[in-house]
Amino acid sequence: MSEALAQLAIDFSLLSLITFGGVITVLPEMHRTVVEVHGWMSGAEFAQLFALAQASPGPNILVVSLIGWKVAGLAGAVVATGAVCAPSSILTYAVSTIWQRFRGARWRNVVEDGLVPVTVGLMLAGGYLITLAADHSALAFVITAATAAIVLATRIHPLWLLAAGGLLGIAGWV
Amino acid sequence: MSETHPAGVPSTAELFLRFTQVGASGFGGVMPWARRMLVEERRWLSDEEFSEALSLCQILPGPNIVNMAVCVGTRFRGARGAAAAFLGLLGAPFAIILVLGALFTQYGELPAVAAAFRGISAAAAGLIVAMGLKMAASRRLRSPMAAFALAAFVGIALVRLPLGVFLLVAAPASIAAAAWRSR
Repeated sequence: MSEALAQLAIDFSLLSLITFGGVITVLPEMHRTVVEVHGWMSGAEFAQLFALAQASPGPNILVVSLIGWKVAGLAGAVVATGAVCAPSSILTYAVSTIWQRFRGARWRNVVEDGLVPVTVGLMLAGGYLITLAADHSALAFVITAATAAIVLATRIHPLWLLAAGGLLGIAGWV
Repeated sequence: MSETHPAGVPSTAELFLRFTQVGASGFGGVMPWARRMLVEERRWLSDEEFSEALSLCQILPGPNIVNMAVCVGTRFRGARGAAAAFLGLLGAPFAIILVLGALFTQYGELPAVAAAFRGISAAAAGLIVAMGLKMAASRRLRSPMAAFALAAFVGIALVRLPLGVFLLVAAPASIAAAAWRSR
């Protein structure tokens, strides 16, 4: 058991430092480690856990909590989650601290002027890819478009829109 | 560039509480909820500041939303703030996902639940699209620099380049262009 915990800690710490964006970008590598290298679960189980993480509130990276739980119980869940978040968070803390010190500096403005357009493009790309992954019917695309339009045009709380989507789904139309 | 916080500086407890709310309500992507809380509800960050912070979080490794919590926490309350925002963001969802995992193992997949999630996912995708469009209204995109936004969209969404490879090329190029423009 403790061997599995150590393996989780090592593998997911490494994963932490190669994750760019969200969990989607490291999903192939995670699958390789969990299913192919260690044989902790089948590919189908892995896919189910990921779907569960998407359906659950909170960051989708918490799929690693489920993987850790499956491998080594609650301790596994804690170790896997800590391992995937700690290295990158410590780095982000260090960089944020330095970044703050250069507030107003000309080079910092230049870096931000350069990065913001790329970031916006990446967000739009993310919206596009998630729409393609989530929507498998004409009505699903209508729900996505309507939700985006309503969020842009009104100040309604987004949970109502998710609830409406869920009801349309239960009604069997999506 | 001004870095004022119209709503004042949040306390460590406030950071924990608000990020707990963000984490617990973030279905199908947490970033739109974080933006809503930070920019629209609490006004801890301006539109611009949010985009700047997100840029930093995107070029650093790690899940963007976790980096965002750490970054915002650090900005207002240093290491304690970072820890508060981090634990707030992940605490409740961690507990919820383990309970769901246990239920899932017990009861398997109910068709009604699966159908509801198809609708929820479709709406959640709309939230992310809307956030991208809001960010696209940024002052920094009203210039030839918008070409880099277009390049990022085409490269990642259409050509499907690996993100790390794309950033390795696009980030230095975009910063170089910004530096050249600001001479």
